[in-house]
Formats: sequence, C-alpha cells, structure tokens
Amino acid sequence: MIIKVLGPGCNNCKNLERATREAIATLGIDATIEKVEDYPSIMGYGVMSTPALVIDEKVVVSGRVPTPTQIRELLTTSTKGN
Amino acid sequence: MSIAERLHPKSTASRVSSLLSAAVVWVVLYQANEPFWDWLVYEKLGLSASSSLGSGLHFFAADSVKITLLLVGIIFIVTVLRSFMTLERTRAMLGGKREGVGNMLAGALGVVTPFCSCSAVPAFIGFVAAGVPLGVTLTFLIASPLVNEVAIGLLWTMFGIKIAAVYVAAGLFVAVVGGWILGRLHLEKWVEPFVFETRLGGQIIDSTAGLSFDDRIQMGIEEVGSILKKIWPYLLVGIGLGAAIHGWAPTDFFKQYASASNPLGVVVAVAIGIPLYSNAAGVMPLVQSLYGAGLPMGTLLAFMMAVVALSLPEMILLRRVLKPQLIATYVGVVGTAIVGVGYLFNVLLA
Repeated sequence: MIIKVLGPGCNNCKNLERATREAIATLGIDATIEKVEDYPSIMGYGVMSTPALVIDEKVVVSGRVPTPTQIRELLTTSTKGN
Repeated sequence: MSIAERLHPKSTASRVSSLLSAAVVWVVLYQANEPFWDWLVYEKLGLSASSSLGSGLHFFAADSVKITLLLVGIIFIVTVLRSFMTLERTRAMLGGKREGVGNMLAGALGVVTPFCSCSAVPAFIGFVAAGVPLGVTLTFLIASPLVNEVAIGLLWTMFGIKIAAVYVAAGLFVAVVGGWILGRLHLEKWVEPFVFETRLGGQIIDSTAGLSFDDRIQMGIEEVGSILKKIWPYLLVGIGLGAAIHGWAPTDFFKQYASASNPLGVVVAVAIGIPLYSNAAGVMPLVQSLYGAGLPMGTLLAFMMAVVALSLPEMILLRRVLKPQLIATYVGVVGTAIVGVGYLFNVLLA
C-alpha cells in the first residue's frame, strides 16, 4: 500500500503524517509513506485544503486531521478493497 | 485517543446533554469570574481597589480568565458552524463570476470559509487555475484573515455590536476595494507562470463530505486548543499591558501621542502593525488595553487589520506563487486601504 501525505509542511501536515505512521504501526500494515510537498503535485490530486491523505492514489481526506480511529478505519477499508 | 472519543457520546440525547452541560459550566464560570477576583484580591489579599497594585492585579486576573472563556466559546461555535463551508464550495461559487460582483462575493465568502494560512497557496493556485480572476482571488485571500469571526465575536462582547459591525464593514471594504484595484492593474505577469500551467486533478473532493456531528464537535475542540496554544503569549502581553495601563501608566501619554487629532497616528499604527504577526483574536486584548488608555477606535482597528492582513510569514508563503513586484503592490494597496479606513472611522466614531 502506498500512502501519501499531501501538504506544504505546516503543523497539521506533520500531525497527519505522525498519526498515519502510528496507525500503520498499530495495524501492522505493510505500507510506505511518502510526503508530497510541491504545490503542482498537490493540485494534481485536486486538493486545495491541506493536509490531505492519499491511499493508493485515491484522496480519502482533505482539509483536516482525522482522529486516530478514523485513520485506522480508512486504512482497513482500503486494505480490504485490494 | 481524542477527547471526543474519550467522551464517546452514545446517543443524540447524551450528545445534546453534554453540550448543554458544557454551556452551563461556561456561563457559571463567566458569571463567577469578576466576583471571585473581587473576593480574592480585595478581600482575601486585602488590596485596595483604588491602589495601583490592587486594580492592576485584579484587572490582569479577571481579564485573562474572561478573554480565555470568550475565546473558548467563540472559537468552538465558529469552527463548528464553519465546518459546513469549504474552500471547494467557495471556489465553485466564484468560478465564472466577473470582477466587481465577484469581488463582493469573494469578500463575503472569505469571512465564512474556514481557512488556515497554510492553505493560502493551494487555494490561490486552485482558484486561479479554475478561472477565478486574479483580483477576485486576492479579495478572498485578503478577507479571509482580515475579517475573522472570532474577532467579530470578541469585539461584539467587549465593545458592543456597533464596533463589531464597523469592523466587518471596514474589513470587507479593504478586501473588496483592494482586490478590485489589484485586479484592474492586470498584474497577471507578476504571478509565477507555473500557476497558470497547473492542471487540476480530476477528482475534486469535498473536504467536509461525510463529517459526522461528532467530527464537527471534535474539530471545534481541537481548534480551541490549537488557537489558544498559538496565541497565549500575545494574550498575556496584551492583558499585562492593559493591567499596567490600568494600574500605573499615565493615560495622558497615549492621549498626547496617539489621539485622533494626531494626523500621523493611523500611519504609525499601521507601520507598527505590519511587521507584527498574530491572528485577530490574539491582538484583541492589546486593542482593548489601548482603547482603555484613550486611543481612538479607528486607529486601533487599522492597527489590528495591519497585524492580521499583512504579515511577513504570509508574504513568504505567497512568494511561491507571486513575484516580489506583486507582493509589494499588494502590501501597498492593502496598507493604503487600511490607513484610509482608520482615518475614516476616527472621524465617524469621534
């Protein structure tokens, strides 16, 4: 699973990245996390409100940092989808 | 685990009752604040209400608690209400609008759309790439931090509805006129070319789609925490200054150098405000202190607007999409508009 954290490096982007890493560790999912910080690439996902979370090239959250439970749910749903 | 998860309301009834009890606790604390400090400072500590130390200490303690309570209440309500509005929806409304009408709509939407300064650049690119005119986009970017709902709430509770309305009108005026002028100047050549080349990806997602009631409450609680964490030093400095003015400082000093009759007052206030950076809520205690010291409201509103609308960190962010010439013009136009508003209200409110 490829997870991308979209955001120019603001506090919330760091929070989202940390929360996502924790969720992956808790769930024991095999995933790589990439940070996307340049604006044209962020816009390429159609995202205006950062931070955003992209799982396997699909935007699942934008404009906020979800709760740890929600992140875990998003990750589990995406794993099952594969 | 998040606060909302820990509280874990199970039903609508328990949700409503926890919100209601929070509101009751808030009202009780707010009502008890002044009497409590009266009792502690004047009776327990035996300080006189007419002494500098007594009144200064009382002011500092009571005002710190009062402003913190106001901020908690206002930020929470504003964040929950704003979670129904998104940048994506705003852009959709602005697309295809002409200048003029578009500027007015962008000003109004700038007030209600949730926006953090870290989204300034993506929003700018997203708007321009979607065909929103440059001047209309700039109106939105000016209005968003300038007319801040939390500041409206604070001004309303601290100075009354008239001053709050004046602030909204002044902020919208600066944003609409500033953006319109910048649009008329046709400065597209000073926008970094990659902005116009950026193609928006296919799936535009609505950032608040599928938010539950609990999510919105959670966002409100988090926003209260993150704003207070960011602005508490400004609050303490502002309230501390207020206490000092209250207890010690000769108010004649301010009256002499910054009264409405001093022709340079507003210009100086704006010049001091530009390098300072805080959000509107953080600068409010300072405004209240200086108002208590006899500074005119027009000068203070201009100072506040300069602090929130023109800041170095935001200019550095915008440098990614705007060339220095456009940033300089932006600061010039918005700064001039703010100075004009300051003088206007010093005359109107005198």
